[in-house]
Amino acid sequence: MRKPVFDEASPLLEVRDLRIEGQSDDSWHEIVKGVSFDLKRGEVLGLIGESGAGKSTIGLASIGYVRPGCRITSGQVRYKGIDLVSAKDRDKRALWGAELAYVAQSAAAAFNPAHRLIEQCQEPAVIHGERGEKKLRDRVIGLFQKLSLPQPEALGERYPHQLSGGQLQRVMTAMAMSCHPGLLIFDEPTTALDVTTQIEVLATIQQIVREFGVAAIYITHDLAVVSQVADRIIVLRYGEVVEEAPTTKMLSAPEAAYTKSLWAVRKLDKQEDLAAKPILHLRDVDAGYGNSIKILDKINLAVPRGRTVAVVGESGSGKSTLARTIMGLQPAFAGTIEFDGMELPLAFKQRSGLLHRRIQMIYQSPDTALNPRRRVRDILSRPLQRHLGLSGEARRQRVAELMSMVELNTRLLDRFPSELSGGEKQRVCIARALAVEPELIICDEVTSALDQIVAEGVLKLLLRLQQQIGITYIFITHDLATVRAISDWIVVMHRGEIVEQGPKSQIMTPPRHAYTELLFSSMPEMDPTWLPRVLRERQSAGIAQNVSAEMSM
Amino acid sequence: MNLILKIVFQRLGLGVLTLIAVSAVIFSAIQMLPGDFASAILGQSATPETVKAFQHQIGLDKPAVQRYWEWIGGVAHGDFGYSFSSAGSLGGGHDRAVSDIIVPRLKNTLILASLAAVVAVPCALLLGILAALYRNSFFDRFVNSFSLAWISFPEFFIAYILMLYLSVKFQFLPSLASVSNDSGIGDYLVKCALPAMTLVLVTLAHMMRMTRTALVNLMSTPYVEMARLKGASRFRLICLHALPNAWAPIANVIALNLAYLVVGVVIVENVFVYPGIGQLMVSAVASRDIPVVQACALIFAATYILLNLTADIIGIVTNPKLLHRR
Amino acid sequence: MIAEEKVMTISKVEGPAGTRQRRLWRHLKKAPLSAWIGIAIVLAYMAVALLAPWIAPHGETEVVGGQYDPWSDEFLLGTDQLGRDMLSRLIYGARNTISVALMTTSIAFVLGTGLGLLAATVGGWVDQLFSRVVDVIMAIPQLIFALLLLSIFGTSVVNLVLIIAVLDSTRLFRVSRSVALNVTVLDFVEAARLQGEGTIWIMVREILPNILAPIIAEFGMRFCFVFLTIAALSFLGLGIQPPTADWGSMVRENATLINYGDITPLLPAGAIALLTIGVNFIVDWFLHITSGLKE
Repeated sequence: MRKPVFDEASPLLEVRDLRIEGQSDDSWHEIVKGVSFDLKRGEVLGLIGESGAGKSTIGLASIGYVRPGCRITSGQVRYKGIDLVSAKDRDKRALWGAELAYVAQSAAAAFNPAHRLIEQCQEPAVIHGERGEKKLRDRVIGLFQKLSLPQPEALGERYPHQLSGGQLQRVMTAMAMSCHPGLLIFDEPTTALDVTTQIEVLATIQQIVREFGVAAIYITHDLAVVSQVADRIIVLRYGEVVEEAPTTKMLSAPEAAYTKSLWAVRKLDKQEDLAAKPILHLRDVDAGYGNSIKILDKINLAVPRGRTVAVVGESGSGKSTLARTIMGLQPAFAGTIEFDGMELPLAFKQRSGLLHRRIQMIYQSPDTALNPRRRVRDILSRPLQRHLGLSGEARRQRVAELMSMVELNTRLLDRFPSELSGGEKQRVCIARALAVEPELIICDEVTSALDQIVAEGVLKLLLRLQQQIGITYIFITHDLATVRAISDWIVVMHRGEIVEQGPKSQIMTPPRHAYTELLFSSMPEMDPTWLPRVLRERQSAGIAQNVSAEMSM
Repeated sequence: MNLILKIVFQRLGLGVLTLIAVSAVIFSAIQMLPGDFASAILGQSATPETVKAFQHQIGLDKPAVQRYWEWIGGVAHGDFGYSFSSAGSLGGGHDRAVSDIIVPRLKNTLILASLAAVVAVPCALLLGILAALYRNSFFDRFVNSFSLAWISFPEFFIAYILMLYLSVKFQFLPSLASVSNDSGIGDYLVKCALPAMTLVLVTLAHMMRMTRTALVNLMSTPYVEMARLKGASRFRLICLHALPNAWAPIANVIALNLAYLVVGVVIVENVFVYPGIGQLMVSAVASRDIPVVQACALIFAATYILLNLTADIIGIVTNPKLLHRR
Repeated sequence: MIAEEKVMTISKVEGPAGTRQRRLWRHLKKAPLSAWIGIAIVLAYMAVALLAPWIAPHGETEVVGGQYDPWSDEFLLGTDQLGRDMLSRLIYGARNTISVALMTTSIAFVLGTGLGLLAATVGGWVDQLFSRVVDVIMAIPQLIFALLLLSIFGTSVVNLVLIIAVLDSTRLFRVSRSVALNVTVLDFVEAARLQGEGTIWIMVREILPNILAPIIAEFGMRFCFVFLTIAALSFLGLGIQPPTADWGSMVRENATLINYGDITPLLPAGAIALLTIGVNFIVDWFLHITSGLKE
């Protein structure tokens, strides 16, 4: 490789008018449309944007890598003066792992299942010609220690599938650091994790960038997360830069309209109101899989009519099982479910058609909740015909009415779901649930698969419908902002039990149950001082140790 | 480790169960014989007495379950009963044991199949790995289209083309593979060359395509991408990252194709008049010599089950998630 | 993520509804050479099969010349072992061979996919029962099993079609069951159940349309396989019986000519190979576009 001419004062990384095309359906489409930015030594740049913004593609291109099915059409990416776009594969390989390192979204998939962690963590150094088994080993174990991973000596001897997701993610960060690179790319490293795990990984990442002074690009769709680690933020949309500013300025005074709308999303807050008789009453409900695997333990819950109950918890807390138990899909083993004053048969099959009609469910992913081979019109007409016996003109009118209720143009009626956007699809799902005039709708993470602005629209729609026709919602979610936006009553679940429940105003403010406290305080806030503050508080309260202990189980 | 042993034993148990079920199916074939079968076998001259005697000889007058146990018990000792072809000489003491007919032919078939496998397996793996390595290159596209066309050829088409050019037109090799027990190794090889070559060509394309697909799938996993971004060379990617995870799919590919080879043997042996059990089975079917057909079918099925079982077990014992438990 | 970006671009590219024909045309225009070759081959075979009596110079079983007459103006491809015109038999062979294979595949298809779909939708003991039976049948190599059954029931076209159809339906059962299982776990199937829809509705309206692409591709592949199996059996003398003109038996009947350096027996074998290539090329292209759309 030619000795690069590199001036210490110039930026570490310069991206100039980068254009990347992606291949779909045998033709090429531009997915990154002329992006330029600089990165100084030791600086952390946050790239945020919604799905389709091209942020991952840009992140990978910053180290000169494009995935199969993509190609760089023009522009430059200069790292220390070397243009990575035109560099030969051999020259890039000399940089990858040594100077440029990558931390992927899913650690479970990014580690090779066939090798021990220590071997994989040493690999970048081995590839780049460092020798001395003992020296490399000690260096990796030193990193593990520094990142306060449990049992640093023994950890490396284990295989990837023997660790939890959060720990693996931290090990991957250690692996990326093993050659002390000049630039790190974090590609949504916490997106797949639960909030209480996420905070640990975030702490690790913050520690790395502070202590090693390594420059980094942090890719995420979560504003609160990026504001913890980034010095500067770039907002992307459809492969273009919308706005670029230092983190504090970006948070306090965004300029572009799109950025402002992104920021506004988290401000929804419903006025709490609990003055209503319960429509659904669960008493001592146990449920689970098969005949023996118990997941829910003694659930007691009353849902007030025309109000929203939010069920909050991490993955594995049993909140989705609760939804399915109420629907009768996973019939309860014991206990009673009372709906509108009468006792419900526990199994769905034993319930009458009328009951099927009165309780509806909306799913997390609108992509899988709609049959891709049926047009919107057929999807909405079928329940009208089945449950309400509507046909002909009456049915056509009702379909049009439903479309306007969910704020969709009737033009979309003749489309297939694949021809709709994510938000439109979720609105069709809502319309399908509304079609049969239900009284209770169970919403299972209905906004978590949607981009923030779209999610906000859906939440507003659900709130408006509640005001207009007085539907009751049970809202399953893991997102605090959603809880604040929609709920009247909050139920906190952990390992199949309700640890705490109460009116929103009471649960949202301390004092509260220890787990609720841990869960709520782990939800990132859009404030750069949040992470250090929480970590400090936890250290003094001794919670952090508990969390670590729990995670290493 | 205990878990692996447990899964392996479960798999073995399942294999034995399958084998029992398959043997029952093959056995019950005789149960489904049409009523006039005996007279069909014995020909026009059959009298009611000879028909009765024949039915007694093949045991149709005993309950099916009892006969199954007798049959399977015999099979376990290598005794497959007596061939129908000697039925004309009832009581004459000329009964030919099926095992006597099968054993020498089985040996011939095994020689032919292993000869083909020894050549085909390494070639296919090599070509498959090369195609995966140079994915989307001209070489890959060429091999891909060519092999797609190739797998469409019937076995006898390939066999006759080889025969036409290598034996009739240029006379390199004999067109008939009429080996006998006293043939020497050299003679065997020369006579087996054409049928073996046909079998190699028949399985090569299949095996190569499947190897390529398995590797292409592995090369697109996130951990291979991660290794690439650590600066690993192509060689390192394949040998250290893809191959340790490829044993299961590759074992599967090989087993499937060896199984395919077992079937291909039937046609190829008939084209080249090679005295193996494939040829035996076809002539037994034509003369409706049921005990021989049953014995051949059982041998083919057992080989097939054994091959698939081996592939499964290789997949289990090389699975890192099972090898190193939490 | 790249996958998401791709979905985005696709949904933007696709126009309003009712463009299925146009989309097909667009795919056709972009089809690779191999797909065009495949389509041309299949169309040509279909034409020959349908128009056999008008194209063929002589009758199917008509003895018109001497034994093994060489290629001449009168008999373009010579005559066979009984003095029948080779060309005419080749042409009639298209009709017989293809129709038997097509009939067999169709029976297997209806039987296999129907039961596979049912097993996946209903689950429970029905699924267990069907799956275990299929496991046992599939544990015996198909050609071997076919030989066994033919030795029991005797060789006739009806037996041949039924035996191969039943044996081959096991593969279609496996494929349709597994693709249907992938669909049954999707939320929209549960949503339909929650609306109180019955099993038949869910099978036919919710699941079937979503597994059509892979099972149509499978139909093509099964056709090739059945076609080759029947050809092989006929070649062994256990399939379609004389005097019906059929490519597999024609190879066997005229095989001795090879020893005199005559390529005539390779013609019916080549005809089998060419049709299989054509179908395989189409299936390969079809798989390519359907998998491309899902990405």
